[in-house]
Amino acid sequence: MYEKTIAEQSRALASGEISSVELTQTYLDRIRQFDGDINSFITVTEVLALEQAATADKRRAAGDADAMTGIPVAHKDLFCTEGVKTSCGSKMLDNFIAPYESTVTGKFRDAGAVMLGKTNMDEFAMGSSNENSHYGPVKNPWDKTAIPGGSSGGSAAAVSALLAAGATGTDTGGSIRQPASHCGITGLKPTYGRVSRWGMVAYASSLDQAGPMTRSAEDAAIMLNTMAGFDHRDSTCLDREVPDYTAILNDSLEGLTIGLPKEYFTAGLDSEVEQQVRNAIAEYEKLGANVKEVSLPNARLCIPAYYVIAPAEASSNLSRFDGVRFGYRCEDPKDLMDLYIRSRSEGFGEEVKRRIIVGTYALSAGYYDAYYRKAQQIRRLIRDDFLNAFKECDVIMGPNAPTSAFDIGSMSNDPVAMYLSDIYTLSVNLAGLPGLSVPAGMANHRPVGLQVIGQHFDEARLLNIGHRFQQATDWHQKSPTLV
Amino acid sequence: MQWETVIGLEIHVQLATNTKIFSGAATAFGAAPNTQACAVDLGLPGILPVVNEEAINMAIKFGLGIDAEINKVNVFERKNYFYPDLPKGYQTTQLEKPIVGAGHVDITLADGSTKSIRIHHAHLEEDAGKSLHEGSFNGEHGMSGIDLNRAGTPLIEIVTEPDIRNAEEAVAFAKKLHSIVTTLGICDGDMSQGSMRFDVNVSVRPTGQKAFGTRTETKNLNSFKFMEAAILKEVERQIDLIEDGGTVIQETRLYNGDTGEARSMRSKEEANDYRYFPCPDLLPIIINDSRLEKLKAEMPEMPDAKKARFIADFDLSDYDAEILSADQATANYFEATVRASDDAKLSANWIMGELSRSLNQNSIAISASPVTADMLGGLIKRIKDNTISGKIAKEVFEVLWQGECSTADAVIEKKGLKQVTDTGAIEAMINEVLANNAQQVENYRAAEKDKRSKMIGFFVGQCMKASKGKANPGMVNQILKQKLDG
Repeated sequence: MYEKTIAEQSRALASGEISSVELTQTYLDRIRQFDGDINSFITVTEVLALEQAATADKRRAAGDADAMTGIPVAHKDLFCTEGVKTSCGSKMLDNFIAPYESTVTGKFRDAGAVMLGKTNMDEFAMGSSNENSHYGPVKNPWDKTAIPGGSSGGSAAAVSALLAAGATGTDTGGSIRQPASHCGITGLKPTYGRVSRWGMVAYASSLDQAGPMTRSAEDAAIMLNTMAGFDHRDSTCLDREVPDYTAILNDSLEGLTIGLPKEYFTAGLDSEVEQQVRNAIAEYEKLGANVKEVSLPNARLCIPAYYVIAPAEASSNLSRFDGVRFGYRCEDPKDLMDLYIRSRSEGFGEEVKRRIIVGTYALSAGYYDAYYRKAQQIRRLIRDDFLNAFKECDVIMGPNAPTSAFDIGSMSNDPVAMYLSDIYTLSVNLAGLPGLSVPAGMANHRPVGLQVIGQHFDEARLLNIGHRFQQATDWHQKSPTLV
Repeated sequence: MQWETVIGLEIHVQLATNTKIFSGAATAFGAAPNTQACAVDLGLPGILPVVNEEAINMAIKFGLGIDAEINKVNVFERKNYFYPDLPKGYQTTQLEKPIVGAGHVDITLADGSTKSIRIHHAHLEEDAGKSLHEGSFNGEHGMSGIDLNRAGTPLIEIVTEPDIRNAEEAVAFAKKLHSIVTTLGICDGDMSQGSMRFDVNVSVRPTGQKAFGTRTETKNLNSFKFMEAAILKEVERQIDLIEDGGTVIQETRLYNGDTGEARSMRSKEEANDYRYFPCPDLLPIIINDSRLEKLKAEMPEMPDAKKARFIADFDLSDYDAEILSADQATANYFEATVRASDDAKLSANWIMGELSRSLNQNSIAISASPVTADMLGGLIKRIKDNTISGKIAKEVFEVLWQGECSTADAVIEKKGLKQVTDTGAIEAMINEVLANNAQQVENYRAAEKDKRSKMIGFFVGQCMKASKGKANPGMVNQILKQKLDG
């Protein structure tokens, strides 16, 4: 049953073919068997999971169930979970147990979903390879010498290795779509404001957005039905009706206009990746879609804009980790300044410190206008580029990353090269748009995803586009062979 | 050389909301440490702020109250610095787009002249917590404690233009501002609990010079008296310094009201770079016209308008009207007393005299006065209708203050203080007094006419004494004259 999708498992639970306790136990066994090597979980909540599964079975029996009741899922370790450690992949929060539950995980809990545990991630969601974790790197289940992508690398690897039916992730600059692409799964970053950020440890508040990571677009729709919605505790969350995201999955794609940004298909894009993306687009043409070249003239500026705005916000968001009230505190501080300096120097990893320093610099007196204000102006240009392109097309398609997953360690000494690999995903966050990654083949023997970018609040359409592709192809059904 | 002082003020006003500016925690003063701090106030990871709309409304009312522009799009920013009582590592405040734009506060000086002090802007922000050092809490030796009850309390910071020229103007301004915020009901005005705190920017320059001198900022003055003393001291220090050949350096200073000592806290060079940027957790605050109109409709009568009305309707002097309109509670008390007594002049005199003396002696707010406006009004009525004399009225007031009776009439009845107005009774009493003082009567009658008016006072005094103060003094006077002058 572990190889089935959430949709299939939900039907099996409903028919009584399997209980949630059995299903949960299956996943817990697989985690014990395979995760030692993959390292996709930071915390496995075995006892809690089995309790929740038993409760879910009772709810099923009582007829009080929805699609997620009894489904075992994993949560990225930056969603605060009441009574269960939330580390953010950092030594800083290795001892942190929140006395509250994030809105997202709370919604899954209330829906009766089972939490298998908390997944590994780049520290404070900063990274594209999941090598920046206090708990060690996550390995790509398809090839354990490769990175799984990041920062939601643990969630991607866990779903890909069938260690969880689905997982939550967060995406600040590609952190759902890129690891989904690298691990051969489906990942959706919703429109900014669609899902509450309350209880999500912030990296860059104006860019962070939670979304589902699953084995199919249909499963992503099912999970998004649970996650999405207004939350009065998050001022940036939009009060807008939540449709049933499964309702239009099967709609025809006849007449759909796909825009291909000419700036996305240039030197720097790996030829095998490009081939798989073009094959996928050809598949859409067979499904009745039209293809059209569009332009995003400021696309290349997304990297400098993002790597000013995100670190600037992060430098402020991470100020609260000062060793005074919670989290890591250095041994025997001799005075207040020593407490601050050593707690933060010892508690944060290299990439986090790098971004705090970059962000602090960008906001400093005399540099603000040249960096932060300029980056915000570019952000508006990027958004305008997309809105203009959407006058000519319904969705935009392209790659998620210039290459398939690279080898662990191959880029860790060159942060700028790593930043450049985010070129196709960052602008979607800067513009606040929804983006979907669906498995679209293999490049250099590693999975490749197709990125589909939609207009604001067009998640249902994106999932429909992903689902129809998955009805016509079987890339999403492939799983790595684990030993 | 003649020196001119230039003063600008920054005033933190604690808004009287029930809950904090970005959380649902209570704002009441005096609770046990950290019992009024929730996850938002503690700066826990993943927790987000939500703006308290009541704080926005109060800031708008302040803007309307000082005739200021209200910025319909205003933005919260983060002011970043590390301090143990600042849980998030930044203070959420406003910088580039504050909620209240330019306005003015008009003050009346002792010589009766008025002056308009321009307000540069006023912005909303959250207060920090408090650090408690050894001795101020029962921590271990060498430890400091942090109380986050105050963290997140809504403040408006009001920034004036450098329009103030001396300590007297500064105090008049501060009192007027106190009157405005208490009239609006947006601040409890309790300065002893930090509800209003003044930062004073002071510089001096040779009279006639256009350019400002270098200024210092003295922070956190929480009484009018301390503010006045701190300004006088700082002006003197700067002038002495310059006249001795020194230069004033830009610095932040502290003034200790208890010892009268002032000292430097930090110089400009040591100042933080606060790295302000718009808070990404809060959207810009948009104030639409209907909200503005609704708040305009809710505005109370402001002190200036009230003062003008008191002068026009009640024929009060400028001085009396100024005092009685200065705060909402006093104004309400006055108007209620006038309603009950139908005599504005007597009401004003009694409130500014006997009542305010008793309130001050016992440190009681007028809103908590044991003698209510109705009680005082009832008392004044009895003075007006000659039931009691002004002297007896003070006795009645004292009994009311002690809480023995709840109306003036009850006191008069119980103590038998009713004024004697029966002509026969007064005549009989006068006859007795004249008979007992035959020598004085003889002296009186022998005196020149113009000396008699002085001499009659003796007989009036004897009569009042004989009646235990209850005889109507006017009647006593009249009958005495008739009898003596024959």
